[in-house]
Amino acid sequence: MIGREVALAAAGLVALFVGLSVVVLSLVWLERKFLGRLQGRIGPMRVGPFGLLQPVADAVKLILKEDVVPAWADKGLFWIAPILMFVPSFMVWVTIPFSRDLVIRNLDMGLFYFIAVSVVSVVGLVMAGWSSASKYAILGGLRSAAQLVSYEIPVIMAVLGVVMLAGSMNLLTVVDKQASVPYILVQPLGLAVFLIAGVAEVGRTPFDIYPAESEIVGGPFVEYSGAHWAIFFLAEYINTFVVALLVTLLFLGGWQWPHLPGVWAPVVVLVKTYLVVMVIFWFRATFPRLRIDQLMAFGWQVLIPLSFVNIVLTGIQLYYRWPSWSLSLMSLGIILAMAYWQYRTQTAPAQALARSYSQRAYSQRRGA
Amino acid sequence: MTTEKQQETVELLLNMGPQHPATHGVFRMVLWIDGERVVDVEPHIGYLHRGSEKLCEGESYAQIVTLFDRLDYIANFNNELVVCRAAEKLMGVEVPERAQYIRVILCELNRIASHLLFYGTYGLDAGAMTPVLYAFRERERIQNLFEAVSGARMMHNFFRIGGVNEDVPPDFGQRVRRIMGELRRGMEECDRLLSFNEIFLSRTRGIGAIDAETAIDYGLTGPNLRACGVPYDVRKDDPYEVYDRLEFDVPVAEHGDCWDRYWLRVQEMYQSLHIVEQCLEQMPEGPVMAQLRRIARPPKGEVFVHCENPRGDLGVYLVSDGGPKPYRVKVRPPSFCSLMPLKHLMRGCYVADCVVILGSIDIVLGEVDR
Repeated sequence: MIGREVALAAAGLVALFVGLSVVVLSLVWLERKFLGRLQGRIGPMRVGPFGLLQPVADAVKLILKEDVVPAWADKGLFWIAPILMFVPSFMVWVTIPFSRDLVIRNLDMGLFYFIAVSVVSVVGLVMAGWSSASKYAILGGLRSAAQLVSYEIPVIMAVLGVVMLAGSMNLLTVVDKQASVPYILVQPLGLAVFLIAGVAEVGRTPFDIYPAESEIVGGPFVEYSGAHWAIFFLAEYINTFVVALLVTLLFLGGWQWPHLPGVWAPVVVLVKTYLVVMVIFWFRATFPRLRIDQLMAFGWQVLIPLSFVNIVLTGIQLYYRWPSWSLSLMSLGIILAMAYWQYRTQTAPAQALARSYSQRAYSQRRGA
Repeated sequence: MTTEKQQETVELLLNMGPQHPATHGVFRMVLWIDGERVVDVEPHIGYLHRGSEKLCEGESYAQIVTLFDRLDYIANFNNELVVCRAAEKLMGVEVPERAQYIRVILCELNRIASHLLFYGTYGLDAGAMTPVLYAFRERERIQNLFEAVSGARMMHNFFRIGGVNEDVPPDFGQRVRRIMGELRRGMEECDRLLSFNEIFLSRTRGIGAIDAETAIDYGLTGPNLRACGVPYDVRKDDPYEVYDRLEFDVPVAEHGDCWDRYWLRVQEMYQSLHIVEQCLEQMPEGPVMAQLRRIARPPKGEVFVHCENPRGDLGVYLVSDGGPKPYRVKVRPPSFCSLMPLKHLMRGCYVADCVVILGSIDIVLGEVDR
């Protein structure tokens, strides 16, 4: 009996590992192709049809590459750091469902488990930064500590909003509750906070402060090469996928799709997730990078208050039993107000300035 | 005995460059940083020193042009122009009008190409990935045209003392007109992508500001000076070639911060297109080379000539002893002067700002080090 359980768990883990590798390879390919198309090029074309084997070739290259350890590095920490980053991103999958049955272990406190485990990865980053004995890496490690710790709060708060609506931390229940209306329609503000903070958590553009290529040339990863770097890379892409998957499960209704039999559940989840991932890639093609102080200010002064507002609004709606569209309206109102405020304080003054400059150049010509 | 151990924090010395993605070549900055703040910065140049000025003394005048190609390797035609004009002024050569128009067209297109490169790399400096690809797509059109005209994509060696090497291909006007439409569309696309992006604005507005007086003291020229509100442009103030017959604006900004410098260059691209359009209409038929002796021997004397390079006021001081080779060539490189206020700009900013500031003054190390 116990033997069967163990065998099942082991089989599940193997399947998970293989599945994750395929997911990461597909993400790499998708990112390169999608970014290429956004940027007016075609992306990889040489290895395999449509460059499909490009990520495989990259992986082989990375594994075969010499794994250089800097002479002054703290060797122990240097080896452990990638693993510390990779293991949590692997562990969260234990409780993430792809359908009602397709889940390794459904936990009642699934969301709590997810948050608790995913926080650990920051330790790996700081460790990597510190043990590399490189100044760029140290800067990156400290940046990652500041960034990840502060953006963890809005993530938790946004998740809490969903938990309040669903009345459960069980991911299956959360998805089941969205059978008629996905929470994106009820809590657009929660989705916005979660997506932004989630992107910041995985350190992708515009929040790629700690690997910032043009400033600290890769941050904590600067001294890593070969297979160890590949593990970081793997973890990063898995984390991105996890964020997208959680957006799908928490806000987009998971495997719910009208008039579709249950067999399609994993496909629906995957399609939705890949769409969210593409949105994250789209960010990368569009935005420059924030500065560290702006990142912190945005986190503490905008995202965290907004996530609290989201929770308070949800509480009010639930307590007074207002219809759920009232919450959507309030959320949308806040999002629009934020966008307008951003436009008024940033874009509009710059545009006015540009107009005045143009007029000045023109009048100078008239005068001359 | 108890000893009180004083916890003291020291500044971190961070070496940026000479191999660093943000230093645009082989430029090295030593930063003293306190957390994320830059306390002090010490620039080191000279990694690309080739002794161009000295080499000029050993080459004939026609050969110097190739050395000038390699100063500011982003704006080759503009560099060729200034050395050719110096020799011509010394010799008193009248350049045929068609050659002058060809030169101006090529220089202005080169200015667009250079500013496009700035646009792209500036996007990269700020952390945006797409601008550089958009910019290179547009720049490629100009490079292809240059290849059709001079046979080379860079280092053209096309301008001659007394004119240009050969006439442009017969379909030149047609080609230029075609790429101008494409360029305008592409530039507008670039403009929409980055110029008023909220994150880009917050990264660049108010960063690295310098006022007009300080800028003049440091010897800034070109877009970096005009961003502070000084409408100084050699093309207007000391017109050369046919610029006095052309109508164009000199964009001027006010605050002298990174965004102003960026915006100014984007606007200059539109003005350059305008100039090229006019040149195509006005360009006469005729010879493209003045009647000269095969080997140029300027009379004894000295001359200073300056032109508006994409990076500013590029000057050449040329001394001739009457022989086939110059006695002395001194270059006044705008990039070098643009580097001067680096300490002034960077003290007290964030590490990330350093990259943005260095990108915004748009230096080319080939010209800084010579």
